[in-house]
Amino acid sequence: MSTPAEPRAAAARPGAGVIHDLGYRHYDGVRLGRAAITRALFVESAKGAYGLGRSTRSKVMPLLLLAAISLPALIIAVVAAVTAADKLPTNYTAYALHLQLVVMVYVAGQAPAGVSRDLRFRVMSLYLSRPLERIDYVAAKYAALTAATFVLMALPLTILFVGALLAKLPVGEQVPDYLRSLGGAFLTALVLAGIGLVIAAVTPRRGLGVAAIIAVLAVLAGVQGAVQGIADHENQDTFAGYAGLFSPFTLVHGVQSSLLGAENELPAGPPGALGGVVFLAVVVGVVAACFGALLLRYRRVSI
Amino acid sequence: MPMISTEALTKRYGSVTAVSELSVDVEPGVVGLIGANGAGKSTLIKMVLGLLPATSGRATVLGLDVATDGAAIRERVGYMPEHDCLPPDVSATELVVHMARMSGLPRAAARERTADTLRHVGLYEERYRSIGGYSTGMKQRVKLAQALVHDPQLVLLDEPTNGLDPAGRDDMLGLIRRIGTEFGISVLVASHLLGELERVCDHVVVIDAGQLLRSSSTADVTAASPLIAVEVTERTEDLAAALRQAGLGVATVGPLLEVDLRDDMTYDVVRDAVVRLGVGLVRMERRRHRMAEIFTTPTTPDGGQHVDAR
Repeated sequence: MSTPAEPRAAAARPGAGVIHDLGYRHYDGVRLGRAAITRALFVESAKGAYGLGRSTRSKVMPLLLLAAISLPALIIAVVAAVTAADKLPTNYTAYALHLQLVVMVYVAGQAPAGVSRDLRFRVMSLYLSRPLERIDYVAAKYAALTAATFVLMALPLTILFVGALLAKLPVGEQVPDYLRSLGGAFLTALVLAGIGLVIAAVTPRRGLGVAAIIAVLAVLAGVQGAVQGIADHENQDTFAGYAGLFSPFTLVHGVQSSLLGAENELPAGPPGALGGVVFLAVVVGVVAACFGALLLRYRRVSI
Repeated sequence: MPMISTEALTKRYGSVTAVSELSVDVEPGVVGLIGANGAGKSTLIKMVLGLLPATSGRATVLGLDVATDGAAIRERVGYMPEHDCLPPDVSATELVVHMARMSGLPRAAARERTADTLRHVGLYEERYRSIGGYSTGMKQRVKLAQALVHDPQLVLLDEPTNGLDPAGRDDMLGLIRRIGTEFGISVLVASHLLGELERVCDHVVVIDAGQLLRSSSTADVTAASPLIAVEVTERTEDLAAALRQAGLGVATVGPLLEVDLRDDMTYDVVRDAVVRLGVGLVRMERRRHRMAEIFTTPTTPDGGQHVDAR
């Protein structure tokens, strides 16, 4: 078992190699731990969800959608400021509900971009052979898409808020509703990112993933609208209220209106205090289930 | 301290035993892990990375226990998978910088190390182009670069010459040799091809069906061994008997006799014996053992067979 062990110092042999070959240099600097690596993956993935640090082509869709969701808010803000309106024509908490299609398309595009590539091209082998654990990867990707989706919804809300301030609307009345809407945007982002990532992680082909996520979210929204409309028409108030559970947007809107004190924009909100608790429990349950499903999915990934 | 040390390491998948009671020490240097496809090479690598729990037995890498210190091991070890693992839509620089950061290097250090490492593996201007347009040889270099970028103490290379043409194969083998010598990084290179490993490895570990077949230094295996091969036209067995009577060690290998070479007088003894028998001498030559014989000669795990006798 004798092996001619090459001492590391051999790399520093002077005079070896050509003039621009500095020879191999060892790295003696800091090595960050799991937490810092997870944070780095989070930051890069969140930026990647807007195409930052990626090709121009991958910037187009996210930025178009960001423009699309912000434009109505910008128009409202400008009009409010110019006409010195005494009230914004929309509630902050209703904005995401009205523009939910844009958010859906964004999540459908970015969830597969975030995880399908690593699975399909087996880049996971390179991650798994590093200090990162599977749960770190899942947490970083989930947090990144949540943050990116939150930004998509928070930007127009902030534009509205600035517009309201420019129109000299009473700050005391604007701030609570603005904060409530940010809380709602965060919950919506959590739910949507979870659903999007789970679907993307089981459909490694990116195009398929995009279509599947759009389909699922659209069907949920459709079912919710239809069930709630019919129940409301039949005066089944309790049932109509709980119909809001079906779609991520109405689910979070229910939490906003019943627990956070926002105005209800739907035909029926969660019935009573119990309704609000049920809506919140469903939000928590969906997020936990999505995270658990992702962990299970990634446990099956080998190097 | 051995780079890798296993004690009765065993991995079973249901009724299939992938690695069986494997006890081996891998010393620093360039070490070949040889075995046919399905011999347990990849299973062993996964266990060494701390990604696959052993059924029984234990293993340490760089003195760290694979069962408990997986993350610490993976911080100090690099791994180059056998299969494709590169996303086509990023450049080599982007990918390797990202992977350096995933190994714990800060941003600035990751960029610097990436530039250095890609130069060392032989990727220059093309490192800014998307990987999707790379040749197999270039892709193998990127895979190697990501395994080296964090300056590991040990790299595990799984079939690094797969899919390469002869010239690319030579380049890759040269690179592996340089990693072990110039870079001072220990290498465990898994391959099912013996011939290429004997050129770059200091030591070889041979496994078959999850069991250790042998572990010995390449010099032992391939050095010109003190043997002469003798072939005669007929009465091979009589010649063998005559030579044994003269006190020489003789082994029959197919139509050949392998005779222990003690000194130059041995040639005379063989010549005289052939003359006495009155048969034709087809050949008599000094022989060099090649690693391929590891598979053809009956062996014991500690290499007590005549291949090592010197």
